[in-house]
Amino acid sequence: MTMNAAITGVGMSDIGRKTGRPAMAHLAEAAKRALECAGLTKEDIDGISTYPGKADNSPGMSPLGTGEVRNALGLKTRWHSAVPDGPSQMAPLMVAAMAVATGQARHVLCFRALTESSSQTATQRASIPGAGRARLGGWYSYLVPANAMSASNWAGWMATRYFHEFGMTREHLGMIATGQRVFAQHNPAAVMQSPLTMEDYLGARMISSPLGLFDCDVPIDGACVIIVSAADAAKDCARAPLTIEAMGAALGSQETWDQRPDLTTMGAHDSAADMWKRTDLKPADVDVLGLYDGFSIFVPYWLEAMGFCGHGEAKDFIAEGNIGPGGRFPVNTGGGQLSGGRLHGFGLLHEVCTQLWGQADARQVVGASVGACGMGGGFIAGSMLLRRD
Amino acid sequence: MRPLPELTPENTAFWTGGAVGKLMIAFCADCRHAIHPPQLICPKCWSEAIESKAVSGTGAVYSYTVNHQQWAPGMQVPFALAVVDLDGAPGVRVTAEVVGMNPDDVTIGQTMRVTFVNIEDIWFPQWEPAQ
Repeated sequence: MTMNAAITGVGMSDIGRKTGRPAMAHLAEAAKRALECAGLTKEDIDGISTYPGKADNSPGMSPLGTGEVRNALGLKTRWHSAVPDGPSQMAPLMVAAMAVATGQARHVLCFRALTESSSQTATQRASIPGAGRARLGGWYSYLVPANAMSASNWAGWMATRYFHEFGMTREHLGMIATGQRVFAQHNPAAVMQSPLTMEDYLGARMISSPLGLFDCDVPIDGACVIIVSAADAAKDCARAPLTIEAMGAALGSQETWDQRPDLTTMGAHDSAADMWKRTDLKPADVDVLGLYDGFSIFVPYWLEAMGFCGHGEAKDFIAEGNIGPGGRFPVNTGGGQLSGGRLHGFGLLHEVCTQLWGQADARQVVGASVGACGMGGGFIAGSMLLRRD
Repeated sequence: MRPLPELTPENTAFWTGGAVGKLMIAFCADCRHAIHPPQLICPKCWSEAIESKAVSGTGAVYSYTVNHQQWAPGMQVPFALAVVDLDGAPGVRVTAEVVGMNPDDVTIGQTMRVTFVNIEDIWFPQWEPAQ
C-alpha cells in the first residue's frame, strides 16, 4: 500500500562542534543543498514542516520554528506545521507525506536545526528536559526531579535489564560504536573521524551504567533538510523519487520511560510492527538501515523491533558482523549520531537517501534500493520504509 | 539543586505522602486498577472514582543504572537509580535514587524499602535495601 509521497531531495549543512554559526546560516545552507539535490527552486516549495518547532526548554535543541524559516527564506506556503508531540523526530516527515498525499502541498521542506554544541556549557548543559524551570509537569516530572535527569539514565536502565535478560555485554555495544566510527571515516561530513578501538571504547568514562561516553551521541551545530513531494510532482525532480513505501507510528504503552511492562522492548516495536502491516516487503528486502542511535543500546532494540532478528538475538546478530561495514544489513553507514553527530534522526534518513541514490562514495552499499529508517528511543518512535524503483 | 515537580490534584498524594511516611499510589475504586503516574480518571475503565492508598513501600528491583555524570551543579556522584516493581500495586514501578548502600552493589530482583527525603513541599521516595 504505497503512499503517494516520495523523498526528492536532501541537504545537510557543514555540521560541526562549536561552529559559532547561527542556526539560520546552517538551515539556509541545508535548504540550498536540498533544492539543488531535488532540482527544485524555492518557488516550488509550498509546504514546510519541522520537529519540534522553536523550543527553549533545552539549550540549542530547537532554535528555529517554521515562521522564522519562512521569513528568512521568503517562502510562501500552502501548508505549514511544527510537531512537538508526534511520532518522534520523524513526525514532520510523516505529516509532510500526509500533506502531499492529500493535496495540501506538492513539495514540503522538512527541517531539523540544532545548535546544541555551541549552546552547551558547564552551567547550561543541553539535553536536560525542563532545565532551568522551577517546577516540572508531565512525564518527566517523575524522572528529572528524582535525579534521573538525563536520557542516558533512562536508556541506562533499559540496557541493564536487556543485558540481564539476554546476556548482552558492553563489548556488543562497543561493536556498534567502533563499527559506526569506521563508517564515519568514509564520510567526510561526520564530526568524529579519529580511529576508535574496542580498547578506547571500554576505557572511556562511564556516563550511566552500562552506558559509557562512546555509547552517547555527539551534540553538534547543524541543520538538515529533507524534501517530501507528491508522487506525481516527484516525477519532475532531478533524481529518482524515493517512494515512501510504508510508515508506522503505533504506540502501545504509556508516555513514560519506566512503566512499559517489558523494558527490553520500546515504542519502536509498536511502530515498526504497524509499518510492516502496510507493505508486502519484508525485512529481507531491505538493503540499508538508518536506526536511531542517540544511545548505542537503541540500535539492538530497533533491529529487533524491525524484525531483522528475533527478540534477544541482536547481540549475536551484531557479533556476526551483519550491521557493520560489509554486513548484510548495514546500519548508520554515515557514522550515525554516535560518530556523525546528533541531527535527531534527520541525519540518519539523509544517509539512507544518499545510499539509495548511489551517492555514498567509499561507503556505498552496492545496488541499495530499499531502505528502512527508525527514529526515536524510549516510548516514542516513527518507522519508515523507502523504495527506489 | 534539582527541579521540583508541580503539585496537582492527581499527584499531591504521591509527592506528599512521605510527610507521614506513606508511599501513596492511585487506584481505581471501581476496577481496582493501580495507576501510575497518577491520573484523575482510570485509564482502564474511565471511572472518576480514584483513591490514593498507602502501599507497603517495598518492592523488587526491575532494573537500575549507576549515574556517574554530574548533570547539575552540586550533584553528588556516583549514585544508583532503581526502577522498582511495587508490592501491592500490580504493574506500577517507582523510579528513585538508591541510598544506604554502595551504588555498584544494586542487583535486579533485590528487595527494596522506601524512605523519603523532603525538599520544600515535596517528599521524594528513595530506595534503600530491605536487608
